[in-house]
Amino acid sequence: MPWPFFRFLGRRLAALVVLALGITFVAFVLTQLVPGDPALTALGPVTSADPEAVAAYHAHWGMDKPLPVQYLTYLWNLLHGDLGTSQLSHQPVLNDLQHAIPATMELAFLSIAFAIVVGVPLGVVAAIRQNRASDHALRVVSLAGISMPTFWLALLALYVFFFKLDWFPGGGRLDPGTTPPGQITGLYTVDAVLHGQWSLAWDALHHLILPALVLAAFNVSLITRYTRSAILEVINDDYVRAARAKGLPERVVVIRHVLRAALPSVVTVLGLVFANVLTGAVLVENIFAWPGIGQYAYQASIELDLPAIMGVSLFVAVVYVTVNFVVDVLYGVIDPRLRLT
Amino acid sequence: MSSAPAVIPEEAVVRRRWTKGFFSQPLAVVGAAIAIGWLLVAIFAPLLAPYDPLAQDFPLTQAPSREHLFGTDELGRDVLSRVIYGARLSLPLAILLVALATALGSVLGALAGYFRSWVDPVVMRTTDLVFAFPAIILAMVVTASLGPNVRNAVLAIVIVAWPTYARVVRGLVLSLGDAEFVQASRLLGSSSRRTLLHDVLPNLAGPVVVLATLDLANAILLLAGLSFLGLGAQPPDPEWGSMVAVGTQYFQYWWMGTFPGLAIFTAVIAFNFLGDSLRDRLDPRGVSRGKHQGVA
Amino acid sequence: MTLLAVDELRVRVATDDRTLQIVDGVSYEVGEGRIFGIAGESGSGKTVSVLALMGLLPRGASVTGSARFEGDDLVAMPAAQLRQVCGREIGLVFQDPLTSFHPMLSVGRQLTEHLRHHYGASRGDARGRALALLEEVRIPDPANAFDRYPHEFSGGMRQRIAIAGALMCEPRLLIADEPTTALDVTVQAGILRLIDRLRRDRALSVILITHDLGVMSALADDLAIFYGGRIVENGPATELLAAPRHPYTRALLEALPHPESGRGEPLRGIPGAPAQPGSLPSGCVFHPRCAYAVDSCRTEVPPLRRLGDRALACPVDPFAP
Repeated sequence: MPWPFFRFLGRRLAALVVLALGITFVAFVLTQLVPGDPALTALGPVTSADPEAVAAYHAHWGMDKPLPVQYLTYLWNLLHGDLGTSQLSHQPVLNDLQHAIPATMELAFLSIAFAIVVGVPLGVVAAIRQNRASDHALRVVSLAGISMPTFWLALLALYVFFFKLDWFPGGGRLDPGTTPPGQITGLYTVDAVLHGQWSLAWDALHHLILPALVLAAFNVSLITRYTRSAILEVINDDYVRAARAKGLPERVVVIRHVLRAALPSVVTVLGLVFANVLTGAVLVENIFAWPGIGQYAYQASIELDLPAIMGVSLFVAVVYVTVNFVVDVLYGVIDPRLRLT
Repeated sequence: MSSAPAVIPEEAVVRRRWTKGFFSQPLAVVGAAIAIGWLLVAIFAPLLAPYDPLAQDFPLTQAPSREHLFGTDELGRDVLSRVIYGARLSLPLAILLVALATALGSVLGALAGYFRSWVDPVVMRTTDLVFAFPAIILAMVVTASLGPNVRNAVLAIVIVAWPTYARVVRGLVLSLGDAEFVQASRLLGSSSRRTLLHDVLPNLAGPVVVLATLDLANAILLLAGLSFLGLGAQPPDPEWGSMVAVGTQYFQYWWMGTFPGLAIFTAVIAFNFLGDSLRDRLDPRGVSRGKHQGVA
Repeated sequence: MTLLAVDELRVRVATDDRTLQIVDGVSYEVGEGRIFGIAGESGSGKTVSVLALMGLLPRGASVTGSARFEGDDLVAMPAAQLRQVCGREIGLVFQDPLTSFHPMLSVGRQLTEHLRHHYGASRGDARGRALALLEEVRIPDPANAFDRYPHEFSGGMRQRIAIAGALMCEPRLLIADEPTTALDVTVQAGILRLIDRLRRDRALSVILITHDLGVMSALADDLAIFYGGRIVENGPATELLAAPRHPYTRALLEALPHPESGRGEPLRGIPGAPAQPGSLPSGCVFHPRCAYAVDSCRTEVPPLRRLGDRALACPVDPFAP
């Protein structure tokens, strides 16, 4: 690895630290604005009537200390890999995240793959048929796609494909009573394949498809629109005409030359796509009873489970920085002019 | 272009011109029509709704019929009336919060762009922080912390929505600050405030209007999303998102979730049609392009 | 002997509100192994007229007339068949080598992709041929250059590589559209010498488009002068340049700075603005700027009359010998 690459990596890690600090700080401040007391939700109405129990609860979770001390304690523990203990699950937050994150990632990867596989070709078609009927039709369809409430789409999909047709299961990651594969990556499909449990892999995939498709709807539209405008930016460039002058078939001109040139702009949208998936995951996981980070964040927010909220926030920061890092690396892979040498 | 044809028949050329005039406008017309339609529904809800949105009718969960076009819900309330009254919640709130976010974001963005010194980095780093969060997660934490109700949901969405305006306006102010006519007015001795108000602001209007229109769509979605999660409007208020949420618990009564969802979808697509068409007109430089982040 | 015979070529382009006549009835012949020069100001339709031959005009352009290339009409040919001719039988070199290469594909790939497509050449064979051609166009260290990217080369080097690329499939005809305009004066001569040498070595026909009559006198065998989408005069280059008959050709030549002319003599321009598509005058397009115009010039389009091995579109012919 060349030296500038490490410098680049270092800058990204520094950004991650700054962002993590900022995000945990904001999350911390927000949760301190709470008029309600987490002890009341956690202890239930009977126990919380007892001031001693409440005080004990506060002492146990370190809530009796001044706020800056609480925050610094959190950071100190974080440095040692301790994200605290969830007030809700009574498990270390790290432990909870280790289960929730792969569940969401499995959903996210399949959904994004699907969005790219469908969205990019649609965008290409819209661009090369610019201002013709198919372009106008795709514009309307893609606007419809970004206007569809994800949770409503999920409801419709469940009603049709689960309730009426029974093609797909109604929720969860596996059929009830099924033992998950031993955790390697945490992605059930991958783990099952790695263990050679083919029927289990199929079961996991079967559960994945519907929520992944629902989650992809918004991003298909988004990618279609970005691809279209990225292609229109380059389609009249000289080198495209040069490729045609060489007598290359139109398919090759469009894919190898036009799409390749448009790719950096398409890659740019990946950051947005990831953000959309996480947003959508909160709603989709809620409906599909998917035990992922979206559900975890939702539960944590409702119960004002501070360590869990901070854990989710940190995860968000890591995703944000990682996605941007990957996008930057991809730029270099795609465009030799941007390569670090 | 399947294959670049050497010869274009005359007819094709004429058709292209005709479609250009016909297809770029209808989207705006359809969008405006639906949006105005929903606004009218909101205004005249009491006249249009066949029933009181809270009145119960037995038996519960009636399928759509002549008496109840959209059926009734698990408490026997008329879904059509609730959808109609829902417009009274979603639309004004969306308009209100977009207005707040636009005002807050534009002012902060303009200040950041105009007085670069310390204001700029503070505002910009704050927007970075907000952008790092997926909108709904931040909004969820904010509403949950402040307490789940409509007012806090609106507040939460304003908090996630303003940075877009701040960035766009800041960028425009920076580029306009170097524009000749602004320099000229400065040289002529206009005060900072005068320059900002008279020369800079009018030129921001186009892109900001486009953004705000598209954001109305986002706001309706996000508001419905928060209500769906139980963090926005509370029962028994007829809110579209929370109606869909109830619908997810009663699959067999498909009408309970389908119609409120359809209401959200049509209201949102109206503003997306409108905003997308407006962008072609008001924002030829595409300043607002790419800043349109999805929410729910 | 004639490789390409263009007859009554017309190109119209539909814009949003009107239809522009860019090329208006152009006819010429390109002989085997000869360099055919097309000269004219920008907007005279010279580039469009050759792009039309290769089907490279954007959608909305309509082409009529005929262009017989080795007996087949390029204009009437189905698009798929034309694609088989482009790159294989006809090579094209663009004006600006900075924009005519794909910035993200390696030089080697851009040199070989059409050879591999048209002839199904193996990767190794294509590479071998590319290296030989790079050598021939005087690129130092061809093996290294093959794996590099366009942005790593200077403009002059890129134009040499572009010429190598155009010659990969051994075309019969090379079309070079202002191949030196975007380059430094110091590298222009080298590129032109290269074209001339390649023509001799390979019995290649060349259509050379340029507004530089100095280049024409050095290189072109035959010459056509374009103005306002029409040919106003054509013929063997040496004769035509030595004794121009059309007032426009003469004005062009007089506008050239002459090394032998007396010092301090001012450069002479042509009065009036060049004709632009969309605002073409009636009759002879040059008449508003012509000192010799008569009444008929304003109303009637002068036909291109044959005069021995030359042709002239001027009824007045003020410079007849």
